[in-house]
This record gives sequence, C-alpha cells and structure tokens, in this order.
Amino acid sequence: MVNIKEFAKREVKLVGGHRLCAGCPAPTIGKLALMAADKEVIVSSATGCLEVSTTIYPYSAWKVPWMHTAFENTAANIAGVETAVKVLNRKGIIKKDFRYLCIAGDGGTYDIGLQALSGAIERGHKFLYVCYDNESYSNTGIQRSSATPLFANTTTDPVGDIRKGKQELRKNFTEIMVAHNMKYIAQAALSNIQDMIMKLEKGYKATDHTAAFINIFSPCIPGWGIHDGDAVMLSKIAVDTCFWPLYEVEDGQYKLNYNPEESGKKIPIIEFLKLQSRFRHLLDPKNADLIAEFQKDVDDRWDKLKKKCGIRTDLV
Amino acid sequence: MKTKALTGAEAAAEAMRQIEPDVVPMYPITPQTQIVEVYSQFVADGLVDSEAVRCESEHSVMSVAIGASTAGARVMTATSAQGLAYMFEPLFIVPALRLPIVMNLVNRALSGPINIHCDHSDGMAVRDSGWITFYCEDAQEVYEHNLMALRIAEHPDVQLPVMVCQDGFITSHSLVNVDILDDKIVKDFIGKRKPAFDFLDTKNPISVGALDFYDYFFEHKKQEFDAMEASREVIKEIYEEFSKISGKDYDFIEKYQTEDAEHIIVAMSSACGMLKNAVDELRKKGKKVGLLKIVLFRPFPESEIAQALNNAKSVIILERMSGFGAYSPLYNEISAALFHYPKKPKMVNYVFGLGGRNFGMSDALALYSELEKIDGEFLDEHNKLRYWGVRE
Repeated sequence: MVNIKEFAKREVKLVGGHRLCAGCPAPTIGKLALMAADKEVIVSSATGCLEVSTTIYPYSAWKVPWMHTAFENTAANIAGVETAVKVLNRKGIIKKDFRYLCIAGDGGTYDIGLQALSGAIERGHKFLYVCYDNESYSNTGIQRSSATPLFANTTTDPVGDIRKGKQELRKNFTEIMVAHNMKYIAQAALSNIQDMIMKLEKGYKATDHTAAFINIFSPCIPGWGIHDGDAVMLSKIAVDTCFWPLYEVEDGQYKLNYNPEESGKKIPIIEFLKLQSRFRHLLDPKNADLIAEFQKDVDDRWDKLKKKCGIRTDLV
Repeated sequence: MKTKALTGAEAAAEAMRQIEPDVVPMYPITPQTQIVEVYSQFVADGLVDSEAVRCESEHSVMSVAIGASTAGARVMTATSAQGLAYMFEPLFIVPALRLPIVMNLVNRALSGPINIHCDHSDGMAVRDSGWITFYCEDAQEVYEHNLMALRIAEHPDVQLPVMVCQDGFITSHSLVNVDILDDKIVKDFIGKRKPAFDFLDTKNPISVGALDFYDYFFEHKKQEFDAMEASREVIKEIYEEFSKISGKDYDFIEKYQTEDAEHIIVAMSSACGMLKNAVDELRKKGKKVGLLKIVLFRPFPESEIAQALNNAKSVIILERMSGFGAYSPLYNEISAALFHYPKKPKMVNYVFGLGGRNFGMSDALALYSELEKIDGEFLDEHNKLRYWGVRE
C-alpha cells in the first residue's frame, strides 16, 4: 500500500497555471503519473484537453521533457524517443536511463491513436501509456467517441425526437490492451487513489520488460454536465455501480482490486446516470427500458470480468 | 572510390550504410521497398549500428522519426506515393520542429487509380511541406545527394529536413554503375550530429510541440521560411565541400547545352537522360537546342532558372505531374520566375509519363520538333497546357 503522506512529498512536475477546466481530473492524473515514476520521465502527449491546456506557448506546465506532435501518434513519438535513447546509449553518445510516459484521452487512444499504440506495443517499445478516459472528444466540445457510453448525449450524436443519443455500446478498450500481452494492464479511478498510484508504480516497473497500459476514469465537468467538485464522487459511483471496475492484469493474471458486491456497496446504474446531464433524457419515465438496457450491459461486462478474475458469478 | 553496379534504391541504401543513421523507421511500399530491405540486411549482418524500427504505417514512420530526431538521433527513412500521402500530417511538423531528417522519396503516381509506377504527383503534393527537396536524374545523383542532404539538413543555419527524390522503377530498379566513395572519406564528411537543443536534459526540461496561437505562430513560421531561404547558401557550401571529395561539380540546375540554345526543354529526374541524348543528336544536325535540368526544387532556384531561360525563343516545361484546372507546378513557378524579365520565351506546359507511361528517344526527339513549332505559335489559355503520349 502506498504511503500517501510520503508520496505527497514528492516533487510536482505538472504544475498549476494551466488552463484546464476547474475540477478536471486530467491534470491530477498527469501529476500523479509523474510523481509515481521511479526514474526521470520523458512524456509524450496526444493532442487533447491536457495537451492544449498545459502548453500554450510561451508557457508550459511540464517540468519534465515533454513533446507533442499530433493526435494519433503519441505512442509512435515516444517509440522514437525510446529508440533514440537506446541506440545513443549503445553508441556511447549519452549515458541516460528514463521512464517513458504517454498520456492521451480516449479519442487519441480508443479511436485515432489505436493503430500507433498497437504497433508500438507489438514492437516492444517500453513505455507506460496512460489514457484519461473522459468518454468523448472533450477538447473539441464533447463529440462522440468509441468510449462514449450507450445513450449518452454528445454534440455529434445528440438526443433528438427520434434518436436518443449514442445507440452503440462502448468499446472495451482495456481488453484490447490485454490482448497485446503486455506485462501490466490496469483500470483505475481517482476515487481509489492509493490503488491508482500503486498501478502507476507497477506500470512503470513493468516497462522494464514491455509496454504497460492504464486506463483511468476521468469525468468531464462540462461534457458530462456535472458540478466542478464532482469528479471524484462520480468516479466512486462509477466503481460502485461496476460501470468502471478496478482491475489489473499482471503477467496475464486478472485481479479484481475492489469488488463492491463483497462489501454490499454495489448500487444500480441509475445512481450513476442521474447525476449527469448527458443522461438526463433517460430519467423520463418513457425511457425506463433504456435504463434497463444500460444496466444489462453493465451487468454483462461485470459478469465477464468476474469470470476472468476467477470470481464465481452465481453466488450474488 | 570504387564502382559498384547498383539500382537507384540500392544506391540510396549504400549511402545510408555509409552514413549509418542511429534510427531508421521503415514501412514497405513499392517501389521504395528495396531501400529499407537492403538497409535491414545491413542491420541484420551487423554492417551498421542502427535501430531499424519496422512500423505499422508510414504515419508512425514519420512520427517515430520525429521522436527519435527530437531526442538527438540521426534519422533517415524512405517512402513512395501512398506512403508519403499517409505521412502527410507529421511531414509538415518535421520542418516546424526544425528536425534534420533525411528521406528518400521514390516517386510513384498517387492513387487513384492505383498504379505503382513513376510520376511526380506524390512529391509535388508536398512541395510546400517545408522540406528541402532534390530530384535526382540517376542512381549516382541519388547516392551523392543522400550524403549531401544529411550535411545540409544538420547545418546550424538550416536544421530542416531534406527529401531526395528518384523516379520509381526507372531509377530505383535499373542497375547502373555508381561511383562509391570510400567509407572513411564519407564518414569524415558526414561527421557527428550536433542537435540544436537537448531534449533529454531533465535538469532543464523543454516542451516540444506546444500550442502556438496567433500571437507567436506567424513568427515561428517566419523562422522556418527564413531557414529555407538560408539553405540556398548552405547548399552551395556543401556542394563545394563535397566536390572536393567526389571531384565533380554540383549546381541547383544543370544547364545542358543551354548557353546558346533557342529551344529548351525543362525537366527533372530520369527523363533528363533521354533528353540529353536527343540534344546531342540534334546538336549534331546544327539545331540550337538544350535541356535545363532542375535538381533542387525546394528552395526553388528561381533566378538561376530565369537566367538560363530568358534568352531562349521557346521552352517546354515537361512534367510528370498534372495540375487540375491549372498548370503543373514547375510551369507556374517558372512563369513567375520569368515575369520580371523583359525578355521571355514562349512557354508550353507538357504533361507526360503519368503512371509510368514510357518516355523514349522518339518522344524526346518529337518534343524538340514541337518546341521549334511553338516559336511560331500564338499561345493562349487553350494551347499552353498539353499532354504528351496520351491516347485521345
């Protein structure tokens, strides 16, 4: 277990003064990801909220070497840096040892960045990839991504008279990452901060061997229609509804890090949906069947995950 | 110096072997593939100490190149047509970050329809991407320009990427004799890269690729434009320095019998070989014809070209590339170059060789006879753009 008091003494290398929305979890995720590193870190960011808001020239909130070039290629950029350091060390031109961190939103990860990420993992580049999943293209104003949940209202898949938001299921990206046979893959949330830091630390260590991937739940204040103090609370509800399970896959072994069913804390999905204006239309009594459909998807995914984690699903 | 029988692709790979870049990201695409295959074999045989990164796409090739070059590595790669189109986005970011990456472009027609053979639609589509660009006539030029490209790219006054183009199949797959310099001489000429900044310095960390709004963007682009302009002098310096080890002379353009020529064809790349043969034959018959070969396309050697052409009576700009609803790029740029000269030749834009359509001696000779006729023609928007070798 991480000692939070000791952890908090570490130097902060993603500092204030950036222009992210009040209450946005992304800079906290970035800051903790830097603090969790056991070596000097080099960062590559995909285009997105965190990137545009932290590096408006001539300012930068990053106190580490940081680079960005485009939306879909952050994994390829870091692969280039990692390769350069490897060969320059071998040739005796430099003598340096780093951890490499990619940080991108779900658009830059689930959608446009998937190919570059998959390729970089397959080629054996050793980097930790952190996705802050806010379930939409938030930087451009809340458009639908493949991470957007069923029925969510977005500006490119809006709720209208005949269509009730997104009609397709969310892509299970963490499982796509598991299929890449990395040493370490995990899902985390800010509500369980010690668990998240532990995962970041494990993720970095895993990069001694392979790439590593951590998907972190990142509620979007304006996009989801929540109050600016709600991100951690909503993360907790996402975990307790089993919408966003906390789990890790280490050397191919699944482990559920927190099971709300065991402690009797599991709550229905309506508790998650009702707090967000992107799901407001679901609260109309006429749409009760849509909530049931949403709940079924959550339950299906949860059951599948429990089986993978070796937890019997017939006892609850 | 020794002579080796090499294809244009192998000549590029041979230059890369001697340069021994730190990182070579790669992706196969016809007709470039042979370059990265040959280089991969050098890596596999331990002839070079390089990291070959076999990417999953050309977009990632250029993105890996950017990451590696930012971190201080010397980076080279190669591509063609669709590959270049796929890396279009990061391509423009390379000169903006002032990264001295060198890329071989083996020219091939852009789809569609899909066609693997040569034309210049790929290179011309990125003519304003900010890369210094050479179009080589043959494998010898490919070899030499790869070596010079690296020095030009890494020069402190330049720090821009360089593209070295050769014609797909016609040059890339034809076996010719190439004079290869001794490894030691090349290594001394190439030297070590001295990056303009230290990205790996965690004590003084920098952010690369920040968001640049209207308050700074224009100034940064201006620096990039200025570096491109500054490269003209640097290219001349590198030409001179290289000439000392190769024993040959280099210039932005090659003036083949143009001094007293009344009729000149302007062309780039492999077609120039055939056109030179035609010039030789016609000169024997007393015809005052010449060829102006453009080697350096970016920065555009405007005044050199204008001075070589302004005394001619008629000129054909022969391009393996067609504009849509407009003239081809060279025609436009040469027209602009001549605009301020009181004397101008009559000038026709001929599109030829698209998708690898063959261009032989009979074509070259026939074009020179067309050229003589142009002298007496009235030219307007209906006949300045013509197509050579297309079935009507």
